[in-house]
Amino acid sequence: MAFYSIEEIVSECNKHNKTFAQVIIEGDMHDREVSRENSIEKMKQMWDAMILASTSYEKNDISNSGLVGGDGGKMETYLEEDKPLCGTFVSKVIAQALQMGESNACMKRIVAAPTAGACGVLPAVLIPYFHEYKATEEEIIEALFVAAGIGQVIASRAFIAGAAGGCQAEVGSASAMAAGALVALQGGTPQQISNACGMALKALLGLVCDPVAGLVEVPCVKRNVIGAVNALSVSDMVMAGIVSKIPADQVIDAMREVGEKMDVSLKETGKGGLAKTPTAVEITKKIRENSK
Amino acid sequence: MNLFDILGPIMVGPSSSHTAGAVRIGRVTMKLLGSVPKKAEIYLHGSFADTGVGHGTDKALIAGLLGMEPDDMRIPQSMEIAKEMGVDFCFREKHFREAHPNTAYLRVVDSNGKKLELQACSIGGGRILINEIDGIRADFNGDKPTLIVRNEDKPGHVAFVTTTLANAGINVATLVLNRSKRGGDAVIVIETDMNIPIEAIKEIENVSGIHKVTYLNLQE
Repeated sequence: MAFYSIEEIVSECNKHNKTFAQVIIEGDMHDREVSRENSIEKMKQMWDAMILASTSYEKNDISNSGLVGGDGGKMETYLEEDKPLCGTFVSKVIAQALQMGESNACMKRIVAAPTAGACGVLPAVLIPYFHEYKATEEEIIEALFVAAGIGQVIASRAFIAGAAGGCQAEVGSASAMAAGALVALQGGTPQQISNACGMALKALLGLVCDPVAGLVEVPCVKRNVIGAVNALSVSDMVMAGIVSKIPADQVIDAMREVGEKMDVSLKETGKGGLAKTPTAVEITKKIRENSK
Repeated sequence: MNLFDILGPIMVGPSSSHTAGAVRIGRVTMKLLGSVPKKAEIYLHGSFADTGVGHGTDKALIAGLLGMEPDDMRIPQSMEIAKEMGVDFCFREKHFREAHPNTAYLRVVDSNGKKLELQACSIGGGRILINEIDGIRADFNGDKPTLIVRNEDKPGHVAFVTTTLANAGINVATLVLNRSKRGGDAVIVIETDMNIPIEAIKEIENVSGIHKVTYLNLQE
């Protein structure tokens, strides 16, 4: 069964002495009437697709509109030739987030997590973690179940679409999912995973969806970076013993309230925020002329 | 939503609603027509018209008409592929009253002259809703096996169709009936829990007063 609250998942873990991932896998087996092997195999396909999307990044690709492309390559070169303030691991996360967002904008194949616009966040933290911290594929797949379980609760209590709740619903949700996945990988308890979800989402509450020319490009690609880096800092805070003062489910409910109150011009309509700046208006005009 | 609606689908970017959903609309149209169309006129409404080109909505719709899935790497080249296959297509902008912002209207014809008109919208996360078929309200999403029966608005057709399904051991999940006007054309849309055998479909097709039976199963 799909869960309606993070609290329910945590109490299910504690009651039966199961991990967060186990509880989510069993929920999927129940919902889709599939075996454990089938459920795990399906998640492995998602992971394989993320890896494939990462390796097929092309730093010379530019999106149809010409607005994005190449930044992931620049970040990688900077990391190789210079000394980024963020250090090696975080810089790799930044590069990966940019690359996945750019590949999406360039019509490459990606994994929506939870949406195409926020597809860079989860792979941005998991792929470098997989390589740098020598996690096994099984561990990564379990972490993906943790992420998906968190996303499912957010989708049922609030929303995961920018048009419904702004960017907080897309990159905010992706960041909460990634933070939970990282805490699971770091050996955190179900309660700590819950804290990670709450803290990551709290940090991005209120983020609006204001894409230039209505395209999933500016600022979407770079917002994937903030979602990923936020997940890293939250994961470290949680593992340091810091807790979320507001429980995860209440943060999700607050996200819904904020999203509902958000003006429609700031919910993927291209009519407010960054999309309404003079530069964006100019860019939009040019794109429309070129496409006629 | 199931777990893999959240972590997934695997798809060609950049937008689940404007790209993946558009592929699905094209694919449903192709499935309902029964083959890749020879000719397609496509009308884009609202956000599909405003931001469609930047999101590859046009390429996605054509890819779907060619039978591609949302994760097909050939989606960016679909227009070239369609031209090579001799598919004649064009795009226009049009405003539809009270339509969802992400709406497309497709008028397609196959090589035998069989026609189909369909209005559908992309409602988020790659999910779609077919609003109208041949001008009559339909409202289904194609997630389940779906039977679409077009018949004269006369007593007994609904009973006959459901009895035939019951005799074949098919459980009906949802049933919607709409008509153009009293005594005019009606459309019955039935979503079922299992596949409908071809014999049952043939039996329904052979009844007088039933003009057209279309069966949609996207899993096949």
